[in-house]
Amino acid sequence: MLVLTHLWILPLLPLAGAAANGVFGRRWPKSLVTGVALSSTTLAFFSALELGREFMALSTDRIPWTKSYFTWITAGGFRADFALQVDQLTVVMLLVVTGVGWLIHIYSTGYMHDDPGYTRFFSYLNLFMFFMLVLVLAANYLLMFVGWEGVGLCSYLLIGFFFLKQSATNAGNKAFWVNRVGDFGFILGVLLILRTFGTLDFAAVLPRAAAMPAEPAGQAGVLTTIALLLFIGAAGKSAQLPLYVWLPDAMEGPTPVSALIHAATMVTAGVYMVARSHVIFLNAPLAMEVVAVVGCLTALFAATIGLVQTDIKRVLAYSTVSQLGYMFLACGVGAFSAGIFHLMTHAFFKGLLFLAAGSVIHAMGGEQDMRKMGGLRKKIPWTFWTMFMATLAIAGAPGFSGFFSKDEILLAAQRTSTPLWAVGVLTAGLTSFYMFRLLFLTFFGTERFDEHQVHVHESPRNMLAPLVVLAIFAVGGGWMAAPELLGGVNHFRQFLSPVFSFSYMNETSLPPDHLDASIATEALKVLLGAPVIAGLFGFLLAWWLYVRSSETPKKIAESFSALYKLLKGKYFVDELYAAVIVRPLVWISDKVLWHAVDEGVIDGAVNGVARVSRESGDRLRYIGSGNVRSYATWILIGAVIFTSLLLWMAG
Amino acid sequence: MEFYNTHILTVVLFTPLVGALLLLFVPRDSENAHRVIGNLFAFLGLIVSLPLIWRYSLSPTADRFQFKENYNWIPSIGAHYTLGIDGISLLLVILTTLLGAISILSSWSAIKMRRKEYYILFLLLQTGMLGVFMALDFFLFYLFWEVMLVPMYFLIGVWGSDRRLYAAIKFFLYTLVGSVLMLLGILALYFKAGAMTFDVPTLLASASKFDTSTQVILFWLFFFAFAIKVPMFPFHTWLPDAHTEAPTAGSVILAGVLLKMGTYGFIRFSLPLLPQDPAARHKIVTIMLVVSVIGILYGALVCMMQKDMKKLIAYSSVSHLGFCTLGIFALTPHGLSGSVLQQINHGISTGALFLIVGVLYERRHTRLISEFGGLSTPMPNFAAIYMIVSLSSLGLPLLNGFIGEFTILRGVYEISIKYAAWAVIGIVLGAAYLLWLYQRVMFGPVTNPANEHLPDLNAREYATLIPLVILAFWIGIYPKPFFRVLDRPVQLIVEQVNPGYYGAEHAASPAVNAAPAPSAAPDTMMNMPGMDMSPAPAPSTEKK
Repeated sequence: MLVLTHLWILPLLPLAGAAANGVFGRRWPKSLVTGVALSSTTLAFFSALELGREFMALSTDRIPWTKSYFTWITAGGFRADFALQVDQLTVVMLLVVTGVGWLIHIYSTGYMHDDPGYTRFFSYLNLFMFFMLVLVLAANYLLMFVGWEGVGLCSYLLIGFFFLKQSATNAGNKAFWVNRVGDFGFILGVLLILRTFGTLDFAAVLPRAAAMPAEPAGQAGVLTTIALLLFIGAAGKSAQLPLYVWLPDAMEGPTPVSALIHAATMVTAGVYMVARSHVIFLNAPLAMEVVAVVGCLTALFAATIGLVQTDIKRVLAYSTVSQLGYMFLACGVGAFSAGIFHLMTHAFFKGLLFLAAGSVIHAMGGEQDMRKMGGLRKKIPWTFWTMFMATLAIAGAPGFSGFFSKDEILLAAQRTSTPLWAVGVLTAGLTSFYMFRLLFLTFFGTERFDEHQVHVHESPRNMLAPLVVLAIFAVGGGWMAAPELLGGVNHFRQFLSPVFSFSYMNETSLPPDHLDASIATEALKVLLGAPVIAGLFGFLLAWWLYVRSSETPKKIAESFSALYKLLKGKYFVDELYAAVIVRPLVWISDKVLWHAVDEGVIDGAVNGVARVSRESGDRLRYIGSGNVRSYATWILIGAVIFTSLLLWMAG
Repeated sequence: MEFYNTHILTVVLFTPLVGALLLLFVPRDSENAHRVIGNLFAFLGLIVSLPLIWRYSLSPTADRFQFKENYNWIPSIGAHYTLGIDGISLLLVILTTLLGAISILSSWSAIKMRRKEYYILFLLLQTGMLGVFMALDFFLFYLFWEVMLVPMYFLIGVWGSDRRLYAAIKFFLYTLVGSVLMLLGILALYFKAGAMTFDVPTLLASASKFDTSTQVILFWLFFFAFAIKVPMFPFHTWLPDAHTEAPTAGSVILAGVLLKMGTYGFIRFSLPLLPQDPAARHKIVTIMLVVSVIGILYGALVCMMQKDMKKLIAYSSVSHLGFCTLGIFALTPHGLSGSVLQQINHGISTGALFLIVGVLYERRHTRLISEFGGLSTPMPNFAAIYMIVSLSSLGLPLLNGFIGEFTILRGVYEISIKYAAWAVIGIVLGAAYLLWLYQRVMFGPVTNPANEHLPDLNAREYATLIPLVILAFWIGIYPKPFFRVLDRPVQLIVEQVNPGYYGAEHAASPAVNAAPAPSAAPDTMMNMPGMDMSPAPAPSTEKK
C-alpha cells in the first residue's frame, strides 16, 4: 500500500525533477540533467505500476480511493481541497501517461541531445508530467482545472520551445489563446456545477447528477448546460471543431513534445474529462448528441485535410485531430470505455508514429517535407518497421490494436445512428489512405533528396528502443479487449465498468461478458468488416497512387483543382477566423475603442476642461519646478478652506 | 514599546512621515543619505506593520474594528482622530507597507535628480495612503485622501518622463473633481445626520434612515471620487497617462495601492450608502455591474492595441479592477472576499509588472514594445520571473490571480450567469494581451543591437521582485489565511447591505444538499450561522 498511501508521491516525482533541473540544471553537466529527468519519470512509471498492483488488491468498497491533503480555497461557504483520487479510469490514465511519458523521455535524451536548450526542455517536460498527473489524479473539478491549465502552460512553453523562431512562438500563443476560449466553457461549467450541486468533488457531484432525472431529448436543462459548457473546454483541449486550429500549428514544437503532449496525453484530456463527467452527459441527451456529432464531423473533417498535406508532422497532427474525434464519437454514443480504450491504443500507435516521424526527421537532418524524402526503407529499417506497425494499427488492420478500439467505437455508433457509423467507416478508409500515403512517400519510391547533402542515418539506440516498445503495444495492445469478438470477455471494459456503471446505453445494454445476441452474427461481420474493407481500399488506393503510378496524384490534383486547393488550404479556416474574428476585433479595439472613444470622446472632454484651467496648469508647472515648501502651502490652503467651509456651514 | 502596543496604528501610520520630516533636515548635497534614510524608514514602516497580522483577532466576538484609537481632535466640529482596521483594511495596510518598501527600493538608482524631495514625497504619500485605509472618521479620511493626492502629483510631474506635466495635471484634475464631489457628500451626510460627528459607523448608520432620494444622491456624490480612483470606465483615461509618465516606483504604488483606495471606498462607504429602497438599489447595482463588465472588456481590448509597455499594463489594470468592482457589487460574500483578494493580487502582479518594465526602462530608457525583442537570450533569469508574473496576472491556477478571479466569478454567478460569462471573456483576453506582449519583448532573435548585452537582474532587482513572486505562489497555493481574515468583515458587510442573502441561502441549501452536512470540519472558517451551504465532502473523501 506504499503508493496508494502516499499518493502525492506520483505527481511530486516529476515536479521535483522539473524544479531541480529548472533551478540548478544550467550549472549541471548534461549527464546529471539527464539523470534527474529520467529517474523522476522512471520512478513515476514504476510507482504507477506498483499503484496498479496495490489497486487490484483493494476491496471494491474502498474505490474510489481518495486522499485529501489540505484545503485549497475556502471562502464563505465554498471549499475545494487538494485531494487526489484513484479509480479504474485513473489507473488506466496513470499507466498510459507515465508509461508513454517515460518512453518519450528516454527518446528525448537522444533526439534533443545536441540542443542548447536541453536542460530547459527536460524541466518543461517533467513539469508537464506533473500537471498531467494532477489532472488525472484530481478528485474535484477545480484541481482538475489546475492540471488542465498546467498542461496547457507546458504545451505553450514547449510549442514555443525554439523561441528564436517567430512561427514557433506564434503557434504557442495560438495554442494558449484557443485553449483559453475552451476554458471559457470549462470555468462556466465548473461554476454551474458548483451552483447546482454545492460542491466540486467528483465523489459528491456525480452520484447527485446520476440521481437527477434525465433531461428530455432536445431540451436544455441545467445538466445539458453544464455538459455543453464542459464540452467547450474539452473541444479546446482536445482540438475538436471549431477549436482544433491550434493543434496542427503546435507541430512547431520539438517532435517528442508532439508525441507526448500533442498526441498521446494532453490532447486526450478532454476525452478524459468527458468520460469522468459521463454521468452528467448521460442525463443530458442533447449534449450527448452534440458530442457525438462534433466528434464524428471532426474525425471526417480532419482526415480529409490530412489527405493532401506534405509535411510529415502535419499529416500526423490532422490524424490526431481525427482520432480524437473518434474518441468523442464514442463518448457521445455512450461507449465511454470504448473511447478510453481508443485513447489508450491511440497513445501507443500515435505516440509511436510521431517518434518514428522524429526519427525520420532526425535521419533527414531536419527535413519534414515528404516530397523531399522517399526510399528510406532500407536506410533506416528500424524506423521503417516500427512505423509500419503503427500504420497498420491506426489503419485498423485486423489484429492490430487500432482495429479493436476503432471497431468497438463504430459498433457502438451503429447502435445509435447509422449515419454516424457510415461517416466513421468512411473516415477509417481515409485514415488508411493518408497513413499509407505517408508511409509510401517516406519509405518507398525514389529518393527525392540529394544524397551528398543529406546523410541518412539510423537513430541511436536510446531513440530506437522506445520505438520498439511502443510498436509491441501498438500491435498487441488491443488484445485485452479482443476475446469479445470470439465471444469472450472484454477485459478492458470489464475493468472500467465500475466507473461507467451509470451508463445506460451501450455500456450496459451490451452484456459485458458476451456479444449482444440480438445482433445476428452475419450482420456483425458486415459491421466489423466494413471498416476493414474501407481500410483495405484506402491502402490499395494509396499504393496505386504513390507506388504504382506516382504521376497520377498530380493529375488528380489538377483535374480537381478547386477541391485540392480547398483541402490543401485546410478549408481556409485560419483565414476565416482571421477575417471574421481577429481582424474585426483588432479594428474595433484600435480604431473605435482606443482612438475614437478613449482618445476622442473621453479625453476630448477632459482636455476641454483642462484647456479652461490652463492658467492654473501653468501655475502648477511653476510649482513643480520649484520647491516643496510651496506645495506644503497648497495643502495648508486646502485644509484651511475645508475647515472654514465646515465651520461656516456649521455656524 | 508600551506606546507601540497601545498605538500600533499610529506608529504604522506615522513612521514614514517621521522619515520624511527627518529628511527635511538632511542637507541637500548628501544624496546617499537621502536614499538610505528613505529606504530605512520605508522598511521600518513594513516591519512595524507586520505585528498587525498576528495581533489581529479572528475571534467572532472581537470588535469589528480593531487596534482602535480615538481622540478628540477638533471639538468645535466634532472631528476625531479615530483609527481602526478590520480584515479588509488589514490586508490593504500590509499591501501598502510592503509595496511602499519595495518601490522605494526600486528607486535606488532610477532616481537621479532631486533625491531629497523624491524620498520626502514618497514617504508622505505612504502616510497618506495608510491613513485612508485606517481612518474611521470622515474628516480624517478626507484629509488623508487629499494628502495623498499632492505627492503623487509631484512624483508624476517632476520625476516623470516626457509628457509628465500633461499626465500630472490630468491626474490632478480628475481626482480633484472626484474629491470635491465627495467633500459635498461628506458635508451633506454630516449636516443631514446632525449629530455633530464625523464618526464613520455612526454617520453611515444614520444614512440608512434617510429618504430614498437623499440616499441616491449621497451614493452618487461618493461614487465619482471612488470611480475615478479605481478607475471605472469611463473615468479611466487619466490612468494610462499617469502610469506611463510616472517613474517606476510611482507606477507601482499607483497601480498597487492608489487604485485600491477607490475599491476600498466602495466597500467601506458606498455599499452602506446603497439606498434601502429595493428598486432604487437594484437600479444602482445594475449600473455598477454593467459598467464593471464594460470596464473588463473595454480595458482588455484597448490593452491589446498598445505600443507602450506601461500603457498596456495600465489598461490591463482597468480590466482587472473591473473584476474587483464586479465582485463588490455582486453583494455576495464570495464576490466581496474575492474582490478584496483580487485587489491584493492586482497589487502584487501589476506591481511586479511595472517593476519589470522599470528594469527594462532603466537599461534602455524606452518603454516601446517595438524597441525590444529576444530579451530571453541576454536575460534568462529576468525571462523566468517575467513569465511567472505574466502567468499570475492572467490567472493561471496555483498563482494568485486565479484564486481571486474564480472566487469573484463564484460570487457573481450567484446573482447572474450573464455577468459572469462576460467577465470570463475578459479572462480569455487577458491571456491574449499578456502573452502577446511577452512574445514581442522576450522571444525571437535579438534584432536591436542595443539589446544584445543587456545585463540580467541584479541583486537589488531580485530583492524587489522575489517577495512578490513568493506572495503570488503563496496566495495561489494556500490562500486560506487571507480568506480567513476576510470572512468576518465580509459577512458583516453583506449582512448589512444584502440582508436577504443569508436567509435565502439557508432556505435554499436543503434543496441542493441531499446529504445532511455533518459538522463543518474544524479547519474550515465557516463558523457563521446559516453559512453552511457547502455540503460536507462525501464520506468517501474521508477514507484513509
